[in-house]
Amino acid sequence: MTAGWLVVAGATTGVAAGAVGAALPRRWRFTSAALLVWLACAFEAAAAVHVMATGRHIVLHSATLIPITGVDIELNQLGALFVLLVAGVAIPATLHGIGYARHGLDSRLAAGTFPLFVTCLLLVPAAGSVATFMGLWELMALTSLVLVLINHGRSEATRSAATWYAVFTHGGAVLILVAWLILTAHTKGQTFPELSAHARELAPAVRGLVFLLALVGFGSKAGVVPFHVWLPKAHPEAPSPVSALMSGAMVALGVYGIILVGDVVLGRGPSWWWLTVLVLGAGSALFGSIHAASSTDMKRLLAYSTTDNIGLALIALGASGFFESTRHPLLAALALVASLTLILNHAAFKAALFLSAGSVQVATGSRDLDQLGGLLRRMPQTGTLFLVSAAAIAALPPLNGFVGEWLLFQSLLHGAAIGSTAGDVAIPLALSAMALTAGLTVVAFVKAAGIGFLGRPRSVGADDAVEVAVTMRLAVGLLAGACVVLGVVPFLVLPAVERAAGVALPGLTRAPVSRGVELQLVGLRGLLAPAAVAGGLVVAVGAVVGLRRVLARRPAPNVAEAWGCGRQFQTARMQYTAVSFAEPVQRVFDDVLRPVQDLDVSHAAESRYFVESLTFHNSVDDAVERWLYERIIRAARRWGQAARLLQPGSVHRYLAYGLGAVVVVFASLAVVR
Amino acid sequence: MSAVSHAVDAAVMSGVQVVAVALGGPLLVGMMRTVRCRLEGRVGPPVFQPLIDIRKLLRKQRLRPDQATWVFALAPVVLVATVAVVAAIAPLITTRPALGGGADLFAIVYLLLLGSTLLALAGLDAGTAFGGMGSSRAVTIGALAEPALLVTILALSLAGHSSNLPAVISSTLAHPASVAAPQRLFALGALLVVVVAESGRLPVDNPATHLELTMVHEAKILEYSGPDLALVSAGEAMRFMVLLGIFVNLVAPWGVATSASAGRIILGLVTFAAKLAVTAGALAVFEVTTAKVRLFRLPELLAGAFVLALLGVVSGLVVR
Repeated sequence: MTAGWLVVAGATTGVAAGAVGAALPRRWRFTSAALLVWLACAFEAAAAVHVMATGRHIVLHSATLIPITGVDIELNQLGALFVLLVAGVAIPATLHGIGYARHGLDSRLAAGTFPLFVTCLLLVPAAGSVATFMGLWELMALTSLVLVLINHGRSEATRSAATWYAVFTHGGAVLILVAWLILTAHTKGQTFPELSAHARELAPAVRGLVFLLALVGFGSKAGVVPFHVWLPKAHPEAPSPVSALMSGAMVALGVYGIILVGDVVLGRGPSWWWLTVLVLGAGSALFGSIHAASSTDMKRLLAYSTTDNIGLALIALGASGFFESTRHPLLAALALVASLTLILNHAAFKAALFLSAGSVQVATGSRDLDQLGGLLRRMPQTGTLFLVSAAAIAALPPLNGFVGEWLLFQSLLHGAAIGSTAGDVAIPLALSAMALTAGLTVVAFVKAAGIGFLGRPRSVGADDAVEVAVTMRLAVGLLAGACVVLGVVPFLVLPAVERAAGVALPGLTRAPVSRGVELQLVGLRGLLAPAAVAGGLVVAVGAVVGLRRVLARRPAPNVAEAWGCGRQFQTARMQYTAVSFAEPVQRVFDDVLRPVQDLDVSHAAESRYFVESLTFHNSVDDAVERWLYERIIRAARRWGQAARLLQPGSVHRYLAYGLGAVVVVFASLAVVR
Repeated sequence: MSAVSHAVDAAVMSGVQVVAVALGGPLLVGMMRTVRCRLEGRVGPPVFQPLIDIRKLLRKQRLRPDQATWVFALAPVVLVATVAVVAAIAPLITTRPALGGGADLFAIVYLLLLGSTLLALAGLDAGTAFGGMGSSRAVTIGALAEPALLVTILALSLAGHSSNLPAVISSTLAHPASVAAPQRLFALGALLVVVVAESGRLPVDNPATHLELTMVHEAKILEYSGPDLALVSAGEAMRFMVLLGIFVNLVAPWGVATSASAGRIILGLVTFAAKLAVTAGALAVFEVTTAKVRLFRLPELLAGAFVLALLGVVSGLVVR
């Protein structure tokens, strides 16, 4: 019996969940939909596990479901890895949504669209033909757009964010479609195996064009600089479970698209393709991490950090393609495994962080770090889970971010010495970019955790915060637990990652990382023992605590007020804020960030020697948005104004245009023929 | 020899290294203070003063700020624990400590980062102005030192095709001529700057100051007292010794025990102490003659270190 029915059952359940969400009364709406979403995730995950375990692709074809093009499903191991990733994010995000629903997810529209969005995410990696892929891709974009817009009544920012998102996602989709059309025009079929069988016959320039179009199209979905502008706008405005899905899963599908076109369909290509990917990745990682380090809105910070993490994955992906094109298959496999591991890890900790940010917003009514503080005492479980996820994203051992960055570091380290001039230049610089990114990520997340959760509350909302519903805590707990598991015992998932990498690198015969408790690079010198590191840390912490107990004479701690420079009382305003914390970074990188600062001093009426109030304003806008897109928008406006000259409203003039056009067409035909 | 007795030997040598670092770190700090005092014409406290201070602090009561959470209590413990783990696996006295196969330079850097990141969080935990100031400055310096550090590791790993620290040191021992290879000299120059920056010594941070305009590390730990402060001081001193120890063994790996005999270990201990004393003495002399760099001039210093490290990589790739 084939496992194809699992895919069909998952899709059907997902659509049914949407119908249930739209139909039931408000009280039961989201919870009932959530149950069906979990079932859909379970079906699709089971199909993915089946593919992983047996190695047999699930292939389905229906000529009648959609006329003319039909529907093609082909789930291979690469797709299966992404299906598992989506299910892994969607299950906790939906669980969080049950608690979050009252805060903007329980309208008929939201509860009906959310399951459809999850279903599209689950099915995109299973698409087997151009028509099916693009249909699902567009549905995914539209459903997510509806969910970004769901709170449009609350603020102008939401509407603006949705506009930006719509432009980027559809602009990207157009480019992807053009790339596919160039391929299908050459081949008679439209399924991916047919395309990849004939893609090698294309001229190198056409192949390059297809790759670049797909890179920009999928890159705009993945949040690659300079196509990232929608992320810091749309992620903060969407409800948090939706942000978690968008950042953890949907953005990852952008990288899946690049792998699908570049590796699977086109069968890899010359090194300049992959150096382009590497440079885009390095730029994204640096730009994203610099902005994350200076952001003060928690979800905006997380959105920029998504750009940064995707950048790291693209560095690895670009390095992988580059090693393949210079005939180093083992290094290529290692880098690809690093890239997929980074994506997988990112899904776990970024979803956890976005969901925690949602919990914080529910509890305090704010996501501005300068309105928060002291939350670890008021929301101990949410706070602890946020701290664990933040440590994971900062790549601290023994959590999953560390394993991903170690794999990336090792692949670059061994790739630096392959003896190609382009590699000699690119690899050390990519490594430097990765290192600076890692350092700035620590700054960003010490700030997010330290300013948001430690110290004194900076607003009434933060002071009155209480722990959120148990479903929301459990959802973040599942993801933070995944960060620990993936960090301590990565060998549980690495075989799946390696099988997925095998789809993109069909010539690969050996797994690049050995199957054991320790991660041992195959054919290269490199070893990491994550479980031993974790065990060693636990033993050492125990030993230090024991030693302190033995040596210290008076162990019972006494609570005292912190030293306040001689003042009697400490207030929350004496603390460092998110702005002041990021000030050194902002000053170092002011060429990139271009902060706008303003100090207003108003003097007392009696004498101008006395200051009545001081207002300090600091804002950091996106330089790419200001220098690139605002110019494009202005230029478009100007052209629009100019075009009005052509449309005076005179019917005679329009008839003349028609006549003129016909004459031009005939004249050109006469010349060409 | 059986595998079991190998493991026992390795564990014993790791234990020796941890004890040596735990006692030697504060002694190293005391020695540097004494050298500085003598050069400045003062008598100064005895060399053992940091150890005496730690013992004194351990006897006092622990005070915790009213806003503090478990992060504040955990940070000193984790700081010492991470340094102890690194001291156990890094080749300081022997090239074959327990789990030496896992002593990847990248892993060592990130283990130490775990301790310093938690300490930076603890600085924010009390909710005072000073703590935030110290944390903010410390993580910024750490972020800017990171590229220089990782590129240095790349430069050092090029020759042996491995970032495993025992492997790097063994390969230098096997090829003594490579000690003066240009890529190593550039990289070690960069590493020295990073070691100084990471351990908060002059000209990056002045451990003797309590002036709010300049302090970094001291501001971060201002709220610690009693046994917690003892742990922080011990942890910082141990961290300094581990970083400097790795540095001196990379510069001059001779004397590091390659087998587990008692004589070799004692020889390893003595040569290690001698190398550290010479380097730390030279650093102390340098500290007397220099002033702290302004905080916002630090990026230039660290960028210089990064360029040095990159030069190391480039020369490594050119002479290949």
